[in-house]
Amino acid sequence: MNGITKAFPGVVANDSIDFDVRYGEVHTLLGENGAGKSTLVKILFGLYQSDEGSIRLRNDPMEITAPAEAISARIGMIHQHFMLVPTLTVAENVALGTASTRRPFTDLDLVSERVADISRQHGLAVDPSVEVRRLAVGERQRVEIVKALYRDVELLVLDEPTAVLTPGEVDDLFVILRRMADSGHGLIFISHKLREVMSLSDRITVLRNGRVVQTITPAETSTEELAQMMVGRSVNLAPDKPKREPGGVRLEVQGLTVQGDREEISVRQVDLLVRSGEILGVAGVSGNGQRELAEAIAGLRSVEAGGVVRLDGIDVTDRDVRARRDQGLGYISEERMKDGAIAEFTVGENLLLVEHGSKKFTRRGMLAFGAINKHCEKLVEDFGVKTPSVETPTSSLSGGNIQKVILARELSAKPKVLLACQPTRGVDIGATEYIHNLLIEQRDLGTATLLISEDLDEVLGLADRIAVMYEGRIVGIVPVEEARRNQIGLMMAGVPEQEARNSP
Amino acid sequence: MLKSLIGALVPLLAAVVALAFGATMLLALGASPVEGFSAMFDGAFGSGSRIAATAVKATPLILVGAGITIAFRANVINIGGESQIIAGALLSTVVALSFPDLPTILLVPAVLLAGLVGGGILGAIPGALKAYASVNEILSTIMLNLVMVQFMNYLLRGPLIDPYEMEAGTRIPQTQRLSDNAMLPNLVDGTRLHLGVPVAILAAVGAYLLLWRTPTGFRLRAVGHSADAARASGMNVKRNITLALALSGSLAGIAGAILVFGSEGQRMVTDGSAAGFTGSAGFNGIVAALFGGLHPIWTIPSAMLFGALLTGATQLQRVLQVPAALAVALNGIIVIFVVSSTPVRGWIQRSLSEAGLFNRHNDTKTENPRHSRSEPGGLSDMPDPSEESGNV
Repeated sequence: MNGITKAFPGVVANDSIDFDVRYGEVHTLLGENGAGKSTLVKILFGLYQSDEGSIRLRNDPMEITAPAEAISARIGMIHQHFMLVPTLTVAENVALGTASTRRPFTDLDLVSERVADISRQHGLAVDPSVEVRRLAVGERQRVEIVKALYRDVELLVLDEPTAVLTPGEVDDLFVILRRMADSGHGLIFISHKLREVMSLSDRITVLRNGRVVQTITPAETSTEELAQMMVGRSVNLAPDKPKREPGGVRLEVQGLTVQGDREEISVRQVDLLVRSGEILGVAGVSGNGQRELAEAIAGLRSVEAGGVVRLDGIDVTDRDVRARRDQGLGYISEERMKDGAIAEFTVGENLLLVEHGSKKFTRRGMLAFGAINKHCEKLVEDFGVKTPSVETPTSSLSGGNIQKVILARELSAKPKVLLACQPTRGVDIGATEYIHNLLIEQRDLGTATLLISEDLDEVLGLADRIAVMYEGRIVGIVPVEEARRNQIGLMMAGVPEQEARNSP
Repeated sequence: MLKSLIGALVPLLAAVVALAFGATMLLALGASPVEGFSAMFDGAFGSGSRIAATAVKATPLILVGAGITIAFRANVINIGGESQIIAGALLSTVVALSFPDLPTILLVPAVLLAGLVGGGILGAIPGALKAYASVNEILSTIMLNLVMVQFMNYLLRGPLIDPYEMEAGTRIPQTQRLSDNAMLPNLVDGTRLHLGVPVAILAAVGAYLLLWRTPTGFRLRAVGHSADAARASGMNVKRNITLALALSGSLAGIAGAILVFGSEGQRMVTDGSAAGFTGSAGFNGIVAALFGGLHPIWTIPSAMLFGALLTGATQLQRVLQVPAALAVALNGIIVIFVVSSTPVRGWIQRSLSEAGLFNRHNDTKTENPRHSRSEPGGLSDMPDPSEESGNV
């Protein structure tokens, strides 16, 4: 791809970018949200047209105006969210969208055979006859890879493929990807996880603000240098965390059992204690009950008989969200645009979502806009929210800034207990650094924080103790000083604490 | 700028196209469109008393429409305006029959309040059913319309029937003549302009203030945009859904009281159908609200337009000897064109954005056209009135 430029109104998403992939290599695109990674691969995949620049495939100039053309040029893309039909089998999923050789009938037997072949050839271990819904996330991803291989792709784009995997699954994936590269495929790997990028890539292209900062090999650089290239200034990847003695118990969870959305048991007999001035990190792969646990503590999900949630010593098991918040609970929800903030509301309105009815902000039953605007403007300033004004619609802010709005709202209420779920998911490095420092600052102010995160580095960096969750249970709780990465990784895959500890 | 211009132009254009249709129909009936439209305009606005008649026709539409905006803002849909009007009318009638001797200063507020309560109850029922039993409110409000019209017929033929009708054996289903003290005072001599008109306007302003200036309205709008976020921030979503429909119904209920106590007959009559009493205000109010961009204040001019069509139709019939049904058809055509112009407007704006004319793109999200307007009231997401300026 040569001199690719794509401008959107107000922003040049790609500014004369040169990028090339060789067959047989893994070339990583690294950059913050909005750096132009996805725009670039969307141009390659025909989802966008570039304003300037050209694409050449095996030295032939190519005009890709639609995904169908990209597919016929043997370019494949694996999206962050899998494009699979859960109720169909692996073979059926693979066959979807491809022409059958026996039209109008299907040729599923043939497909199954080829899927089995492919999976043997690439060490994918995928059974074509299994329904996709019975597969774990890592396996589903392998199905996506099989799908791409079935279509004979030569160039495969992987958009943040590791976001949903355990550290073990990531290792497995990397072995597969390496093998694919070695057999002559060109792979474009999109990520912002520096550790992974360093271990997998042959070459790394760092993008910032739509421009190429540098193309470099891992041997020539370090994670620190990459982070600096991404952000444009030096970044402190490991937040400073002074040692602090925790105080009294603020959040107590006992024998908590919770049903999930499909009435299955998602949280089983969980006991947790969080003390004032401590961060308890909950590590685990997505979908092991963390979301349900958080919602049960927040009062958004009912709990099975016998479970108890105490906030600051008061039993709130049967109380609603309002009562829990009044009892000093702050809640940063996992999906910020679903239940953290309202996209259509202004920044100010979102800052007011919890406290709009308080005496401070009302006068004779009406909202007191003087006091409200002052309060909101102060929060925007204090928390460094980048917004033109408090009256800007929240939907026009970046993810990191929306998260800052939510944090500003929750922390300004001075919570005794803070429930922080995936606080930096989809947030750029600069904002992540800021949010991490905020959480530590809160801890030092005496807040008891329950940090639920799928980012193991985040948990290791912030938490004082780490609870690992697997299939709804707490597998073990480890003080951070004793925690080793691979031990936590094993526990995330369900290995009991004792066994994990003894592993090499 | 271009955007707000299109926002104003599209509904205006829709109205023009609708009028062109109306002109074709007039031509088909052998009448001159120019004469026809001027007769309609003259009928609606030609004199002080005609303007007053238009305003009186618009009154129930303003009230129902303002109520509809409250419901819609909380993301509940109220198709039960008819039932709520009837409930308000019946309850206020009962109050007037029970306390005929109260002085006007007490009785008029009492009947208006009774209307509010009656409509509110008929709104709260589907609201509570939706909130606590997940009953679809569209279904339940429509069904309650059917229930209430029969309940009205029953009451007016039985328990509430004018005793004189029984004596005379004529059995016209109507109440006895209601107390003079309950009738809405006339504001301008020689016109039909009564207290109901300013009451409706005040109610619409009140609905606006409620939605954008009070914590209650803040919650209603929050629930309307995102029930999940509202719940997570500690709001009681179920209570707010019930409240939204109750408030919506209570405004329609006031319209019911005004229909009775602003009527020339000074009593409640039924011809067996709901429309006979309400003039379909429960449905037309929805249209007025949609035409007004679901904003309570803009519902007022929007309702006036539909009121003008109604009064203009009479004059049209008188001058050109064409059936008044033509006006009803015209009314319908305007509604179809204008309401369907909303998606057209969105579509035009979207395709313009994609063509790169507005600040909106995919990678770093910027402005969402629906919410990028300047906000007059500080913290609000009300539509910019300039966008609806094509209404009047």
